[in-house]
Amino acid sequence: MPENIDSILSQYSRTLDELIPILQDVQSEFGYIGSELVKKISRYLRISENQIYGVASFYAQFRFTAPGRNSIRVCLGTACHVRGGATLLEMLERGLEITCGETTPDGRFDLERVACLGCCALSPVVQINKNIYSRMTVTKLTELLKVYE
Amino acid sequence: MNKLKEKIVLAKKKWEELENNREPIIFVGAASCGRAAGALELINEIGTFIKDHNIKARIIQVGCIGPCYLEPLVDIKLPGEPRVSYNNVNTKTLQVILKSHLIEGKPHVKLSIGHFGKDRYKDIPHFFELPMLKPQVRIVLRNCGLIDPEDIDHYLAVDGYQGFMNALTMKPDDVIATVRQAGLRGRGGAGFPTFRKWTVCRNAPGEQKYLICNADEGDPGAFMNRSLIESDTHAVLEGMLIAGYAIGASKGIIYIRAEYPLAIERLKNALQQMRENGLLGNNILGSNFNFDIKIKEGAGAFVCGEETALIGSIEGKRGMPRSRPPFPAIAGLFGCPTIINNVETLGTLPNILRNGAEWYTRYGKEGNRGTKTFSLVGKIRRPGLIEVQLGTPLKEIIFDIGGGVQKNFKAIQTGGPSGGCLSEEFLELPVDYESLASAGSIMGSGGLIVMDEDTCIVDVAKYFLDFTQKESCGKCVPCRVGTRHMVEILERITHGEGVPEDLLALRTLGETIKKGALCGLGQTAPNPVLTTLRYFRNEYIEHIKDRRCRATVCKDLIEFRVIKEKCTGCQSCVRVCPTGAITGPRSEPHNLDPTKCIKCRSCYEVCRYEAIAGDAIVIRSAEKKS
Repeated sequence: MPENIDSILSQYSRTLDELIPILQDVQSEFGYIGSELVKKISRYLRISENQIYGVASFYAQFRFTAPGRNSIRVCLGTACHVRGGATLLEMLERGLEITCGETTPDGRFDLERVACLGCCALSPVVQINKNIYSRMTVTKLTELLKVYE
Repeated sequence: MNKLKEKIVLAKKKWEELENNREPIIFVGAASCGRAAGALELINEIGTFIKDHNIKARIIQVGCIGPCYLEPLVDIKLPGEPRVSYNNVNTKTLQVILKSHLIEGKPHVKLSIGHFGKDRYKDIPHFFELPMLKPQVRIVLRNCGLIDPEDIDHYLAVDGYQGFMNALTMKPDDVIATVRQAGLRGRGGAGFPTFRKWTVCRNAPGEQKYLICNADEGDPGAFMNRSLIESDTHAVLEGMLIAGYAIGASKGIIYIRAEYPLAIERLKNALQQMRENGLLGNNILGSNFNFDIKIKEGAGAFVCGEETALIGSIEGKRGMPRSRPPFPAIAGLFGCPTIINNVETLGTLPNILRNGAEWYTRYGKEGNRGTKTFSLVGKIRRPGLIEVQLGTPLKEIIFDIGGGVQKNFKAIQTGGPSGGCLSEEFLELPVDYESLASAGSIMGSGGLIVMDEDTCIVDVAKYFLDFTQKESCGKCVPCRVGTRHMVEILERITHGEGVPEDLLALRTLGETIKKGALCGLGQTAPNPVLTTLRYFRNEYIEHIKDRRCRATVCKDLIEFRVIKEKCTGCQSCVRVCPTGAITGPRSEPHNLDPTKCIKCRSCYEVCRYEAIAGDAIVIRSAEKKS
């Protein structure tokens, strides 16, 4: 059990409106929200684990399984859709042999779709870790993946 | 107050020094969009260049000036010379530009796009005289791309916080009256008069009142709010102070998408600067107005742009809308009177309070005063962030500002997934709240997506509905079940399995959802389908009757072919084909096996763009039966 969960929790008051900020903090620290962590949060905020899962599963941001070493986010906003974002996603799903929301067995990549990264004028856009790549094509993306180990 | 006044004097001096610079200054547009285009790499390169050549120069990161198609933008200002802007800079052209402008002292005319000086360079146009910018009126975006958003001094030097200081000398009711006189309507989508909401909240009983800035810009294809926050952070915060003062709130919350990390970082930085200068906390600037601002990050739910869902989310619950009344202005966050204003509404307020209501009414038209920002994207030549007066015809936006469409214009979607798709016959339509509504669309937050003949209307309608269906919170039946059904029907149609009765079913379902859904998300979700059914009925019929997709988008209705006469036999497509569907020896026309082809477009892309290939791969759909 990671110890720094307590130091994260202690920064927050024990009120319900802190739940989402806590979940966000926990996820950025541990990469995902594991069941042990939910138990801890539940005890701290004095609410049921069910309630926490209920809230967390409502929002697209939270994940309950470990992410890969590199996170790929394919933008499927309108502008990206019109310019071929879905084709990029399909190509990734085929190439990595996973579907959206999963992690490759070797833990190298996880794949997700996002509604909009707000770089619509440079569409289609793909985000890998913190880098945003604009005006992507299937060929460019294939080359790009090789950079990430 | 006096301390801030002293600070303003110093800030103006600092700004003047920037205008009359002794060392060259290099401005780089480094908002999220500029960064995606490679601005940060350029900054590193510039750093190395000036170090290697022993030049004393300053690099300033500015926000986004609007024309995204020109990104990344690098501006150079030599002492005593106007600032010259270079567009689409890459690491190669950067070296040429720096050598010419920084070392030889001559602007590189060919690579430049415009200048910002008063006395013009002969061969370079003024930046704001460029065709994309000339028809625009920049009120909300007035500082974007020109000041350093991370430096409060820059904002103070361009009369920042003057609007708030004016407000402090007035009674809150008079501030509301000014906004009423200016005719400002909420820029989040519905266009509800801002003063009316404020008056209800001001008069509502309760000690504690909240002001929430809605920066949960969830519409795919819209980025106006991100750009404004990233490029002129303090303007939005000043607007919050003014609104907070007017309604009598002491707590402000910015609810912003977690997908906008740079905007969040800049907000945190700006709040810190406000605190240091006595613009937050108790007795702000010596008055008895107390106000503090907190940031809450959204967690990725489109429906949280809806007021009551947003409140639920801040309270730590699932972001589900509730029925109104009571309206949030009477019972909102934690049951207290709450006003939720959009980023752009707030960003407009400092301008109204600084220049007066009468000044603001000079822009726009009766009932639709002022300007509106739009993100102009899709199949347009000059995509970007624009600001125009309300009432500007669509045609002017698409052709004069946007430079027209890459191929033939087909449609424009206004208002994002909740809006409608308008056809060519609406090009003269003035963009204001009522005109758009009468055409079956909405203003929405301001996304404008242009489509050309390569866009399949049925596919787009399916895309929007699939989006709203996935984002439906599931609370009310019309939205949860109805949108699901509509998506299923649309899927059938795009798979070539549609039947003529589907069109009536779509309309009936759509109209029922509009009437029956609980919140704005559901009530507007059918708009894309209903408008396309009205204006592009033929395309639906083609999909159903002829199994034909004229834009060659719907996968089940198209096939890929190699034109033997054009094929150079270069094997580029053979290499990229993931399923081995293309075969053929080098230098001979290749063979494409349609049973193996998964229509991924890889071969099509290589064949079009690789020099040795002959543009021989075509995508075809069934011929129209007449």
